[in-house]
Amino acid sequence: MNVHVLGSDVETRTLAIVGDLKGLEGPLLPILHEIQAEFGYVPQESLPVIARELNLSRAEVHGVVTFYHDYRDHPTGRHVLKLCRAEACQSMGGDALAERVKALLGIDFHQTTLDGAVTLEPVYCLGLCSCAPAAMLDGEVHGRVDAELARELVAEARR
Amino acid sequence: MTITIFVPRDAAALALGADRVATAIAREIETRGLDARIVRNGSRGMHWLEPLVEVRTEKGRIAYGPVKPSDVPSLFEAGFLQGADHPLCRGRTKEIPFLARQTRLTFARCGVTDPLSLEEYRHYQGMKGLEKAVTLQPADIVQQVTDSGLRGRGGAGFPTGIKWKTVLEAPGAQKYIVCNADEGDSGTFADRMIMEGDPFVLIEGMAIAGLATGATKGFIYTRSEYPHAIETMTAAVEIARKAGILGPSVLGSGKAFDMEVRVGAGAYVCGEETALLNSLEGKRGIVRAKPPLPALQGFLGRPTVVNNVISLASVPVIMDRGAAFYRDFGMGRSRGTIPIQIAGNIRYGGLFETAFGLTLGEIVDDIGGGTASGRPVRAVQVGGPLGAYFPRALFDTPFDYEAFAARDGLIGHAGITVFDDTVDMLKQARFAMEFCAVESCGKCTPCRIGSTRGVETADKIAQGIEPQKNRELLADLCNTMKFGSLCALGGFTPYPVLSAMNHFPEDFSPAPIAEAAE
Repeated sequence: MNVHVLGSDVETRTLAIVGDLKGLEGPLLPILHEIQAEFGYVPQESLPVIARELNLSRAEVHGVVTFYHDYRDHPTGRHVLKLCRAEACQSMGGDALAERVKALLGIDFHQTTLDGAVTLEPVYCLGLCSCAPAAMLDGEVHGRVDAELARELVAEARR
Repeated sequence: MTITIFVPRDAAALALGADRVATAIAREIETRGLDARIVRNGSRGMHWLEPLVEVRTEKGRIAYGPVKPSDVPSLFEAGFLQGADHPLCRGRTKEIPFLARQTRLTFARCGVTDPLSLEEYRHYQGMKGLEKAVTLQPADIVQQVTDSGLRGRGGAGFPTGIKWKTVLEAPGAQKYIVCNADEGDSGTFADRMIMEGDPFVLIEGMAIAGLATGATKGFIYTRSEYPHAIETMTAAVEIARKAGILGPSVLGSGKAFDMEVRVGAGAYVCGEETALLNSLEGKRGIVRAKPPLPALQGFLGRPTVVNNVISLASVPVIMDRGAAFYRDFGMGRSRGTIPIQIAGNIRYGGLFETAFGLTLGEIVDDIGGGTASGRPVRAVQVGGPLGAYFPRALFDTPFDYEAFAARDGLIGHAGITVFDDTVDMLKQARFAMEFCAVESCGKCTPCRIGSTRGVETADKIAQGIEPQKNRELLADLCNTMKFGSLCALGGFTPYPVLSAMNHFPEDFSPAPIAEAAE
């Protein structure tokens, strides 16, 4: 569920995740991935808990969270549609596809539709370069995305 | 006798509907009451035929593709379970020219087996390399890898054996094997295909690396954009652990080696080995200055081998068949085979493993069949976002590390992205700079600032603002980035930019619209 949760709840659940993973060598990225899986984003309230438990400064944790494209500080829409923007997809009309999808959704990259249904994100390579252009809707991959398939994906995400 | 049907589980096949095809086949089997089972194999790498369904018959495996769910009833009607003819029938899989022309050493099992069946892995010669390695002294394993001539397949082409020797001889109680599976280059998917199609070969290669260097712990650092690879790889590690391939006593040798799968968080620069190590440690993916080499002070400051997926996955066959067997393939100082990934606007796209030495033209025109759009090939980018654009005039370049370097290019991770004549090379040059600006870790100035200035300068050229002066400025900027950057991100971004400018100058002299308007 990608909805904002209460601060005290965030702290309890963060503490449990950190407790499970802090024994790993280099535990911070696995912890942040778990937190994002749990809450749908990385809540600000979880940062001091992580910092305290891993004996890091809050600035260090903040630096890591903001360095990586994957970690979000706010929830996404109910669905996330990712379009590949890299060279192989460009060679097969990826730019035109992106414009079409943006127009269909009425939003730009990194934005969420007003009804909260879809967040549109760019991705730089899904490794589907021989069946470009490629897209990913909520973890499900799609290749050779033409105008018709783009319409279907948008319709599916809108639901 | 149960008939076996193969429907790939590789992400490229899934992206083209393999799951729906498998469901449709399962439904037909049930309604017709047939004695058949479906195996979800890896991909053969013939992606224009995906989903490629195969049936095991007395005549060998027969291929059908590309199969849509709506084709399934007609396949059963035609008798495809007996290998009967059908408009989608491609004959015996191994006789399809694209496959028949390859030399599959690293990818020998990919697409053939169920990726998570250890039994099938062993049946198709898997684990023989590790079985030999446990009987050898570490220095002898390193010597074999050195003698094979294997060079880093991630792009740098550094001799793998020499790296291992450095780690073996480095003092330290705890050493690590880190597999760089952060395959972020557009036009590449070989690492993904191995992880999804034959994960045990990577595990075997890493275990051999561990035995060779005295490292007892390994990490596979892969990408969050590869959910299927993460799932398959994680499951394979668990199976290998249960089977005693990983753990306190590798194949009963008394020597320990275990590993974890770790997932990045969408930063391209983490494919650079020192940024990767920082990321693995839980830090920002900032590049480290070298020296110290990761081989001496790598993960957590300890001796660490950092190798690409394909380098490590090539080790088992070297140990099994011997260094000389592997070294006999290839040309010059590029020994063995290389999985070439043919991508972008290409008719027959996919993975083609072959000995070094084919020319670029043979790969693109002959094997790849030209563009998917049917228009003329204008440019091909070799080696990902940091690789040079080659025009047709350079299609006689043989696929070899040194030959590409001699023509101001690189083979990188061996991805080839094909563009037809609608491509705007100024736009591609601008994109290279823009990508560098987005993905720069920010540590060194030439990369961090230079890339942004590069985008601005490309825009000025496009707008016709002092084009001659700005072309010179862009070339000068590239020179600064090339020689002043700390790592390959800033250092190699000039390759696509300069090659676009040098080989396609006409795109950098836009019609003087601005002047005409005045």
